[in-house]
Amino acid sequence: MTLRDIINKLLGRQVASASTARERLQLVLAHDRSDLSPDLLDKMRREILEVVAKYVDIDLEAGAVSLETEDRMTALVANLPIKKTINKPESTMEEIDQKQTEIQI
Amino acid sequence: MSSHTRIILVCSGKGGVGKTTLTANLGIALASQGAKTAVLDADFGLRNLDLLLGLENRIVYTAQEVLEESCRLDQALVRHKQESNLSLLPAGNPRMLDWLKPDDMQRIVAMLSEQFAYVLIDCPAGVEDGFKNAVSATKEAIVVTNPEVSAVRDADRVIGLLNTHGVKPVQLVLNRVRPKMIASQDMLSVEDVTDILALPLLGLVLEDEQVIVSTNRGEPLTLNGQSSPAARCYTNIARRIQGEDIPLIDPSKEGSGMRDKFRRLMQTKIF
Ligand SMILES: Nc1ncnc2c1ncn2[C@@H]1O[C@H](COP(=O)(O)OP(=O)(O)OP(=O)(O)O)[C@@H](O)[C@H]1O
Ligand SMILES: [Mg+2]
Repeated sequence: MTLRDIINKLLGRQVASASTARERLQLVLAHDRSDLSPDLLDKMRREILEVVAKYVDIDLEAGAVSLETEDRMTALVANLPIKKTINKPESTMEEIDQKQTEIQI
Repeated sequence: MSSHTRIILVCSGKGGVGKTTLTANLGIALASQGAKTAVLDADFGLRNLDLLLGLENRIVYTAQEVLEESCRLDQALVRHKQESNLSLLPAGNPRMLDWLKPDDMQRIVAMLSEQFAYVLIDCPAGVEDGFKNAVSATKEAIVVTNPEVSAVRDADRVIGLLNTHGVKPVQLVLNRVRPKMIASQDMLSVEDVTDILALPLLGLVLEDEQVIVSTNRGEPLTLNGQSSPAARCYTNIARRIQGEDIPLIDPSKEGSGMRDKFRRLMQTKIF
């Protein structure tokens, strides 16, 4: 965020286009580089969520599996907020609850 | 000279980003710095390098006749009148595309390597056969791109392919940079592009109307040591290729008036 962006926001103008270009490129290149089709990524997302859901109670709505890329390395990043751990004593569950645990793969 | 010859492919993925202009200007600049240089037009479908160098009327034979062994290499090479260290090997008939194989490109480049210190290959746009043939014959590459989303995306694809083919080093030239648009944040900055593509920057070339004037005349800007913004950029790139340590032009430092200072304040990152 730059001074110009803030002023533009306050005046209800559009944010300068370079940052939009940057964000769009980062997203499209993450997909280009991994050579994964959106279909395949979606299938993988569902299967990952299914596996994780066997062990922990996750918020399926909030869960996100995405591709990120930096320095020509592409990573599959899953951000899955855990509601509670299945088959664990009550106390641990609360602890986990309070910490709003996320697992990243 | 053969094993020391620097063979450099100038490629981009996207068409029209400035490969041929860069090849012509670097060819002249390297030659004027004393290096024996050959430029090879590998864009057989849409050849243009001859035109930008002003050599279109002096072509007798081309790479095609050399490969068919109906002439010797030195009969096909067109030597530049003013810059005698520079020779062009023209592209043949577009029908060459039907039969040209990576082997053929390698043969041509091997022949050129015996006589020249630098071989610059002007690559066709795209990532199909023309590109693959050219890649198979090169050692190093310069990827040319513009600060625009489509050009950067295509450059990324080409960089991936160059990596798979073991081409090294691969360096970046960012062409058609407009400092004013970068300052008002309506153009990707130099760092944006180098960060996204994760390539070392060989140089940037400013947007410059003189480029068009020079192509009209068939006299690259680096001929006669001209001093327009793009001419300076091309000369700097040639000197960096030769191993000199020339600092990059910083587009954000262009201009020093009140307005420029205000512009810089406005683009300071706050969070
Ligand atoms: N720095 C610059 N400033 C202004 N115009 C430029 C600059 N660089 C290139 N151009 C213009 O851009 C156009 C395309 O340049 P050029 O033919 O070198 O691109 P190319 O990548 O070789 O294209 P192709 O993919 O068709 O072979 C030309 O009209 C040229 O004059
Ligand atoms: Mg060209």
